[in-house]
Amino acid sequence: MPVLSDATRASIREAAGQYPPGRQKSAVMPALYLAQDDAGHLNPEVLREVAELLRLAPVHVAAVATFYTMFEKAPHGKHIIDVCTCVSCQLLGGYDILAHLERRLGIKPGETTPDGRFTLREQECLGSCASAPVLQVGYRFHEELTTVKVDALIDELLQEGADG
Amino acid sequence: MAERKVLLERYDVPNIWELDVYRRHGGYATLDGLFAKSPTDWVEEVKASGLCGRGGAGFPTGVKWSFLAKGTGKPTYLVVNADESEPGTCHDRRLLERLPHQLIEGIINTCYAIDAHEAYVYIRGEYLEPYQRLVQAIREAEAAGLLGKTVAGQDFPLRIVVHRGAGAYICGEETALLSSQEGDKGQPRQKPPFPAVAGLYAAPTIVNNVQTISTIPHIVRHGAAWFAGINLAPESKSPGPRILSVSGHVQRPGIYEVETGTPFEELLYGLCGGIRGGHDLKSVIPGGSSMPMLPKDVILQTDTSFESIRKAGSQPGSGAVIVMDETTDIPTVVWRISRFYAHESCGKCTPCREGNPWSVKLLRRFVDGTARAEDLRILVEVAEAMEKNSFCPLGIAAAWATQGALKHFRHEFEARISHASAIAAGD
Ligand SMILES: Cc1cc2nc3c(=O)[nH]c(=O)nc-3n(C[C@H](O)[C@H](O)[C@H](O)COP(=O)(O)O)c2cc1C
Ligand code: SF4
Ligand code: FES
Repeated sequence: MPVLSDATRASIREAAGQYPPGRQKSAVMPALYLAQDDAGHLNPEVLREVAELLRLAPVHVAAVATFYTMFEKAPHGKHIIDVCTCVSCQLLGGYDILAHLERRLGIKPGETTPDGRFTLREQECLGSCASAPVLQVGYRFHEELTTVKVDALIDELLQEGADG
Repeated sequence: MAERKVLLERYDVPNIWELDVYRRHGGYATLDGLFAKSPTDWVEEVKASGLCGRGGAGFPTGVKWSFLAKGTGKPTYLVVNADESEPGTCHDRRLLERLPHQLIEGIINTCYAIDAHEAYVYIRGEYLEPYQRLVQAIREAEAAGLLGKTVAGQDFPLRIVVHRGAGAYICGEETALLSSQEGDKGQPRQKPPFPAVAGLYAAPTIVNNVQTISTIPHIVRHGAAWFAGINLAPESKSPGPRILSVSGHVQRPGIYEVETGTPFEELLYGLCGGIRGGHDLKSVIPGGSSMPMLPKDVILQTDTSFESIRKAGSQPGSGAVIVMDETTDIPTVVWRISRFYAHESCGKCTPCREGNPWSVKLLRRFVDGTARAEDLRILVEVAEAMEKNSFCPLGIAAAWATQGALKHFRHEFEARISHASAIAAGD
């Protein structure tokens, strides 16, 4: 029984077609993104299915998935909050932003709130250094942060959950 | 004021990322004259312009293009490096978000010059919004006949594929990038062969940075002589406008496009409004976290030309200018930079894989004031071992961060030792 939807399987085949003939191995990263969007995270079953679709060794697909940080190997919260503490953000209070979020959410970096709403992570440079300090929620930027702005953002995300 | 807006000239035009807006502002005008000259003529033109790559190594772009292997029976590829992950660097993202068509125009120009019909853009995974903008712009260009089986009605097919990275700094290094795009772990390869001989899928490949390629349409349009003339430092061989990301303790952080040779004093105190809150400048990293930091008195005697930065003992690198005021604790900054390299080491070679976590541990003691006298000696030795024996520039860069700090701010590290010793001695 496939774990991925037919639409995802079709998109993975289509992604493989973007690369020159015989180079379908190049599609492993796009395929992992597609599989992750569908399944939430990349468990061994999902990895096996991606390998099968691209005709690659399962051990190779697993090695690629573990090399890159953006491939989620374990379940996570509904919103992933990635806080940059790298040097430019550090200089302008990135660690204060992280500490504030730890207090507000009651979790440490790498953890998920018990209600499954938020996963908090500490990140390396996110490419928004001139707008430091910054964070991303689901890879959308929030810049020039203050603790007040962070609180407003969390309130908004909580509200979104209540509506949905 | 030496701000010189060329690539950023249209930056603030509303909706400039849309094809019709970009066209109304002179976009794709280079396609009128491009095909009238031969590809080799354009390689020579770019050589004559003196353009040096903006991605980090600063290699002359036209010279790189002329190294492409000929007659291999394989296609030639262009790979645009949009992996921008060097701490402090954030201008490629803005070029992708706001001016994706300028990049596409540059890709068309470049592919014609190097005779490539397939181009890839390797974009860092965290850049979701820039990725979406770029893909949208490519779709628009295809629909308008600027890409596809013919480019602007010419017998020249061109396809652009965007490939997303997934969170690995090392994939910015060109050979690791190619491995990553081929579907392997992103680890660097031995050079030679250089990508121009055997790159993507073992075919001749040019890897250029986003800003480098976005510069090409301006050279095609205005000519090599015009570009070479944008240079305030007569002795500099790295002319042209260059975009710098200025972050840290200035009043107005941001991205600034300046003429080569603009003094750092003018950049920091003029364009960026000086140091925040009336503080004094302490140190500047002129080229991203991989490059050695320079103290105030040195940086204020330096200008933005590649030559001046190198003479001062650092490197132009990615063009990320990280500014620290007098309140900054240097050991804490170096500890954080080391943590970055420890996290991003790809694990292929021992000096970098083992040396970086060790440096982090030692540096933490200086941050905490628990360092022992021999820790400083070990820190120096570890950095030396990484600098000498690392397989790729990542390990070397990690060493430079520590070495630069120790060269100019050794006293701050020593102060942490005596403090620890004093506590140990019980007074
Ligand atoms: C560890 C490491 C990371 C790099 N990251 C980038 C990057 O994010 N973007 C980039 O354009 N070049 C990066 N480079 C430089 C590339 O290897 C290559 O020199 C560059 O893309 C060539 O383009 P250019 O000639 O247009 O500068 C990196 C190099 C190293 C060693
Ligand atoms: S120096 Fe570091 S990043 Fe480069 S190959 Fe060695 S382990 Fe990998
Ligand atoms: S250092 Fe935080 S975004 Fe670059």
